[in-house]
Amino acid sequence: MSDTIRITIDQTTVQAAAGSTILQAAREAGISIPTICYHDHCTANGLCRICVVEVEGARTLQPACVVQIRDGMVIHTRSERVIRSRRTIFELLASTVDLSESPEIQAMIHEYHADVYRYPDAETRLPAVIDDNPMYIRDYAKCILCWRCVQVCAEDAQYTYAINFSGRGYETQISTFYEIPMPESTCVFCGQCVGVCPTGALKPKRQWLLEMGYTPDEIMNLTRSQRQRRKRREEISANPS
Amino acid sequence: MLKAEKVVPTTCPYCGVGCNLELHVRDDFIFKVTSPFDSVVNHGNLCVKGRFGYDFIYNKERVTVPLIRKQPQKAGQRTQAFDRSEWREVSWDEALDYTADRLVEIYQRDGSKAMAVYCCAKATNEDNYLLQKFFRAVFRTNNVDHCTRLCHAASVVALQMAIGSAAMSNTAAEVKDCDVFILTGSNPTENHPIIALQMKAAVQKYGAKLIVVDPRRIEMVNYASLYLPIRPGSDVPVFSAMAHVILKENLYNRQFIEERTENFEEFAASMEKFTPEFAEQVSGVDRQLIIEAARMYATARNGAIFWALGIPESTHGTANALSLINLALLTGHVGRKGTGLNPLRGQNNVQGASDSGAMPWHYPGYQAVDNEENARRWEEAWHIEPGGLNRQRGLTTTEILAAVHPGGVRALYIMGENPMMSEPNLNHTRKKMQELEFLVAQDLFINESGAFADVFLPAASWAEKEGTFTNTDRRVQRVRQVIPPRGQSRPDWEIICDLAKRVEHRLNRPHSAYWDYQHPAEILEEMGRCVLDYAGIRYERIEKVGLQTPVPTPDHPGTPFLYGERFPRGKAKFHSLEYTPNAEMPDEEYPLVLSTGRVLEHWHGGTLTRHSWMDDLFPEALMDIHPADAARLGIKDGSPVRVTSRRGSIVLRAKVTTKTNIGVVFIPFHFREAAANLLTSDALDPQARIPEYKAAVVRVAPASEEELTAVLESQPRGRF
Repeated sequence: MSDTIRITIDQTTVQAAAGSTILQAAREAGISIPTICYHDHCTANGLCRICVVEVEGARTLQPACVVQIRDGMVIHTRSERVIRSRRTIFELLASTVDLSESPEIQAMIHEYHADVYRYPDAETRLPAVIDDNPMYIRDYAKCILCWRCVQVCAEDAQYTYAINFSGRGYETQISTFYEIPMPESTCVFCGQCVGVCPTGALKPKRQWLLEMGYTPDEIMNLTRSQRQRRKRREEISANPS
Repeated sequence: MLKAEKVVPTTCPYCGVGCNLELHVRDDFIFKVTSPFDSVVNHGNLCVKGRFGYDFIYNKERVTVPLIRKQPQKAGQRTQAFDRSEWREVSWDEALDYTADRLVEIYQRDGSKAMAVYCCAKATNEDNYLLQKFFRAVFRTNNVDHCTRLCHAASVVALQMAIGSAAMSNTAAEVKDCDVFILTGSNPTENHPIIALQMKAAVQKYGAKLIVVDPRRIEMVNYASLYLPIRPGSDVPVFSAMAHVILKENLYNRQFIEERTENFEEFAASMEKFTPEFAEQVSGVDRQLIIEAARMYATARNGAIFWALGIPESTHGTANALSLINLALLTGHVGRKGTGLNPLRGQNNVQGASDSGAMPWHYPGYQAVDNEENARRWEEAWHIEPGGLNRQRGLTTTEILAAVHPGGVRALYIMGENPMMSEPNLNHTRKKMQELEFLVAQDLFINESGAFADVFLPAASWAEKEGTFTNTDRRVQRVRQVIPPRGQSRPDWEIICDLAKRVEHRLNRPHSAYWDYQHPAEILEEMGRCVLDYAGIRYERIEKVGLQTPVPTPDHPGTPFLYGERFPRGKAKFHSLEYTPNAEMPDEEYPLVLSTGRVLEHWHGGTLTRHSWMDDLFPEALMDIHPADAARLGIKDGSPVRVTSRRGSIVLRAKVTTKTNIGVVFIPFHFREAAANLLTSDALDPQARIPEYKAAVVRVAPASEEELTAVLESQPRGRF
């Protein structure tokens, strides 16, 4: 679609390609809208709502990553209502999720003057780290449920469908079906999910072990099948019969 | 959170897709791999090997010191030494002087026919160019080959016969521009995972129709419009029957045939006998499916054919590939975007090693060695007296081993390959390895072949050197040094140059062929001076994005698809075909057909991946068998079985699965504990000299747990 239409973003009137989203049109116009769940190579789902903007005539705030522009649309990306809404989302996220490995989100929290202690009684989500395979670990205490991992495991890249949401509401978590260990799922360990995770919830196992203080030499001694073979050799030499 | 000290872009060392990687390093430890989402090859996607499979670099068993065997080895009594106690650690000088002395002694006594070398499709273009230069220019032999002989040799020969070229005609990512594509003898979800993603997207998002023709019910069948479950070895009848239908129903492209092909009449006559009825009888595929497939492919706007080793690894591999080429020529589905003849190359640099002349019949750039003009060109390039280079075609991989005997090949130099896992009929290979007088291994690990060697030269891994790989769609991409070579290991090109100079000195050669390169970039430029397809490639041009050959000039943009205007041989040639059964057909004694291949988590002879955590995901050999065959033989999922062919016998666990069809069993060839190639046949295709890996006949019987050679806690897996 090469047709362009006229829209107004933050008091500036610009021409934008018809069919583009508010996020794309704003980018073209040099206006940056913050995003978390959005990824250029994943299907946008409007899950995190950080990209919300105010559209004149619309009752609710609109997620810029999925809403398409219309001719004559008047958009405010930094109105009071938008800022308050984004700040609240940051405060809610910070109260329940470990954002220590999300420098981009932390920078935005700072930028929006969000009060990370606004909800002191909120229950932090603290599921245990899942270390069930030799390639990567899953630390869902850091998961903000952006859905990128689920999407690249499905139609956005791999067509493997090993993971999805489980639970509802506060209990929602990314999981294999019936929470089976990853090797028993359809997972092919391509790690596309690790590649798009924005918060360090998914990370290569060797990186995780290094962070836990193991040296490269120690890490290389942790190979399961070599360990087993070594044990077997020792058993055989101890008892040759 | 761990911060990388540096992030270095490079190219994946595993399969022919050639994915772009970014290695994250701290304290010389690669702890993470990512891929740029704007990569033209893989769009940020990787497979398990590319993202996690690089830890072999740090494996404790890696050898990083030159070694010489303590016990001198004699021809005929050569033994395998896996244990380091059987080797003496030596200096590079001692190792190279010893190697040079022994090679020169044999060369001066027995001449060029006694010398042979296996180049390596894992090594860079520069490494391979130099190693073939070393053996051609210094030892005057064309006994230079590599594992392409064991993979796509028949595809290359067929493409040369029909078209005059030897590579994928189109770019893999163009699959989304097809509206129909045929996939045969290929299991891309495991062997070319990123191309498989593009194929799945082509079907799911872009509406392409997929026709799978394969004796295994592979994962891609889930995405197929038509699945033709053929019996192993019935490729020529099935594809020729499709040609028969296209001819009978007037679905062929008359204009294309007239303008761009020759030998149509003779070919058309030879297709007369390949009726769908005949094909059904030979292949077991319903004739209606064959007819439908023919119509679907012929009436496509853009039709493409993708194939891998199920086509060439056969005693009629050249004919198999020709039957596919005939189809593309008949319909004109070649020479445009989204069409083409696309053999998916296996190794990261098998295209490049072939381009670089690691082949017995060709100098770099597919220039025939028995052509006087070509020989003169290279004599000039390498400062050799006129008539100095050998004009005789050399021996192929399998022929080199067969020629190991007094008066034949005496010295073998192996860079990175592992014939003791990858050759067919390994019991025979073992005898031949034992008969060698001198064997050099240049590798990262003492593998099953290196264990036979007299001297072991520790090579740097792909992350420890500079160079280029050429991927399956002819894209020349940079390989970068990320960490210093481990221990005393050195890049292959450096080892070769150092050794070649020592040998030249001992031979008192008046002129050196030249080995004083400061950087691999100079090596590629030297090759480009005599190889037009690479003439325009410079390192500075491929720092960010690789270029697709041919790149004839320094300002040429590269070639995404071939044959738009003309074929390299002028007009493409149709070939008449006959049906030839496999060398072995099932009988009462050996009722099942064994197909061999790879699994997602491992690579070839296992030298790399079995020294990686990848081995934890797939720790033992498993034989796929169909539930009906398993029930008949009393075999349960996970129970041990003994598999026996005319050449050998192995014991491993069975995996009862519909991924293979009735009458066909599948065993991956990565596992030394149950080496599938003990069973395979060394019967060769007459034109391409490629062995029949995909169709040995076997019998399968239940075995006991005690007979298993490697008992490990099994790893339950849920993937397809």
